[in-house]
Amino acid sequence: MNDEIESRIDQTAVKLFGIHKSFASVAALRGIDLSINYGQILALVGDNGAGKSTLIKILTGVHAPDRGIIEIEGKSYLRLNPALALNKGISAVYQDLALVDCLDVAGNLFLGREPTRGPFIDKKQMRSRSQELLQRLQLAIPSVTTPVKVLSGGQRQGIAIARTVNMGGKTIVFDEPTAAMGVKETKKVLETICKLRDQNHAIIVVSHNLHQVFAISDRVCVLQHGRIIGDLLVGQTSPEHIVRLMTGVEGAVADDE
Amino acid sequence: MMNESTWKTLLSRHLSQLLLIAALAGLMLYLSAASPFFWQWENLRNIADQSALMMILGVGMTLVIIAGGIDLSVGAIAALSGIIMALLLKSGTNSTAALTAGLVVGVLAGLSTGGLISRMRLNPFIVTLAMMSVIRGVALILSQGMPVYNFPAEVTWLGKGFAAGLPVPLWLALAVVLAGVLVLNTTRFGQYVQAIGGNEEALHRSGVQVRLYKTAIYALSGFCAALAGIIVAARLNTAEPTAGWMFELEAIAAVILGGTSMKGGVGSVAGTVIACLLLGVLRNGLTILSIHSYYQQLLIGLIILFAVVSSEIREGIS
Repeated sequence: MNDEIESRIDQTAVKLFGIHKSFASVAALRGIDLSINYGQILALVGDNGAGKSTLIKILTGVHAPDRGIIEIEGKSYLRLNPALALNKGISAVYQDLALVDCLDVAGNLFLGREPTRGPFIDKKQMRSRSQELLQRLQLAIPSVTTPVKVLSGGQRQGIAIARTVNMGGKTIVFDEPTAAMGVKETKKVLETICKLRDQNHAIIVVSHNLHQVFAISDRVCVLQHGRIIGDLLVGQTSPEHIVRLMTGVEGAVADDE
Repeated sequence: MMNESTWKTLLSRHLSQLLLIAALAGLMLYLSAASPFFWQWENLRNIADQSALMMILGVGMTLVIIAGGIDLSVGAIAALSGIIMALLLKSGTNSTAALTAGLVVGVLAGLSTGGLISRMRLNPFIVTLAMMSVIRGVALILSQGMPVYNFPAEVTWLGKGFAAGLPVPLWLALAVVLAGVLVLNTTRFGQYVQAIGGNEEALHRSGVQVRLYKTAIYALSGFCAALAGIIVAARLNTAEPTAGWMFELEAIAAVILGGTSMKGGVGSVAGTVIACLLLGVLRNGLTILSIHSYYQQLLIGLIILFAVVSSEIREGIS
């Protein structure tokens, strides 16, 4: 396990080449080239409708691109599906959509990958492994048999993150990870995300909160009308610069490809 | 071993089942006082036969409703399966093959219903409503609207025979119930049934082939309906194209009364079983107290309304 993590340092996790995607006659993505690296938090910013969510849905296999290539650890794919994306270690932590309220914590952490003994789910193993996982990520959850519907927003997000890691997620996508969360809970979730980066996961964060983006990210990508108009290391830019790019004051350069 | 709070959670989790058991006990006490026939062997057997059918249908319907769906086609499937089995028996097919064909027809009907619902993302209410009419129509066409009767003894045994002192339908119901409890609570399939009802999108994003599971749920419901249809035909020694009338309504009533949420995600086979017994005893009580069957119809409808309203209130509280 440790050797594997070591060997991932500074490697490219996923590369996108010329990704196009339209819905009916609306072009959502118009030629995206992007590389995503292990041990790095990449923030994806842009106005509503810029194509952020289409992009992460293509990465996680929810949508198939019309054109373009997705390269994962050197292997090329024309399209993914959710099972294949997960299999290749790409998974997303969606706000609100991630958890099944009526199942308990352990059931959610192992959803789709339940350990079995014969035809039956090995609940004992599932619960003890859940316990270990929660401890490793330092998440404070009362019990692994608690139904997730009684947990707080921050706790739920913690469970969603823990599940992603548990599913073998190496490239992890966060869509507005701290939306509708209190200050304390936000801090805890961001800490967890940074912990994942330090453990050499590749992280993509979609966020409208530039303050937050600058607090945790290593790199910022600005999307506009389905194109990337800025791909910058945090040290080379500023929130003001990013805002200018997002609102279209700068960035016409990228439009003439 | 158990502290007070564990007891409290257990109590609140099973409150609706406990209330049902209390209602069942109260009803039985009342009936034993009100009618000398209630405890007679023949009468208890009637209750067992009635409840057994409802339990078999109810287990399938519980899975469907926990998965956030509904199956209105079970009564029609029951009729079609009985007719198919009967026609094959008439044509000289051996009993095992005819029975198997009856069950397979139910599974196929469920597969097509489930396929339409999951592949084309259609509304289960409309699809199964249409399928109810399609399947009933096929049963009427195949039988020319006439009952088909006179089966070999090994077939009628399934409906009126005894094994180890209990009616065969009751044994079959117990087997289905046990299988239902195990599947729902201890297998991946059961976990996904709950997850489909709770948050289908999350399950899909976990890489689970949701469509396959959804289709399989309706196939299971179809199997249960077919089994019930075969038992009815076997008991009456007659397969009628109009058999299984209102089965769907009674099965849904039992499931909702048993505490399964119409919104999906939450429910139990045990609750459905207790509700089947309660409804069986109630129906029997109305009969032995000589209350006209028109009122039974009215009462079933009122019970469904009551169950839906109280489930709404219960969910509001928790």
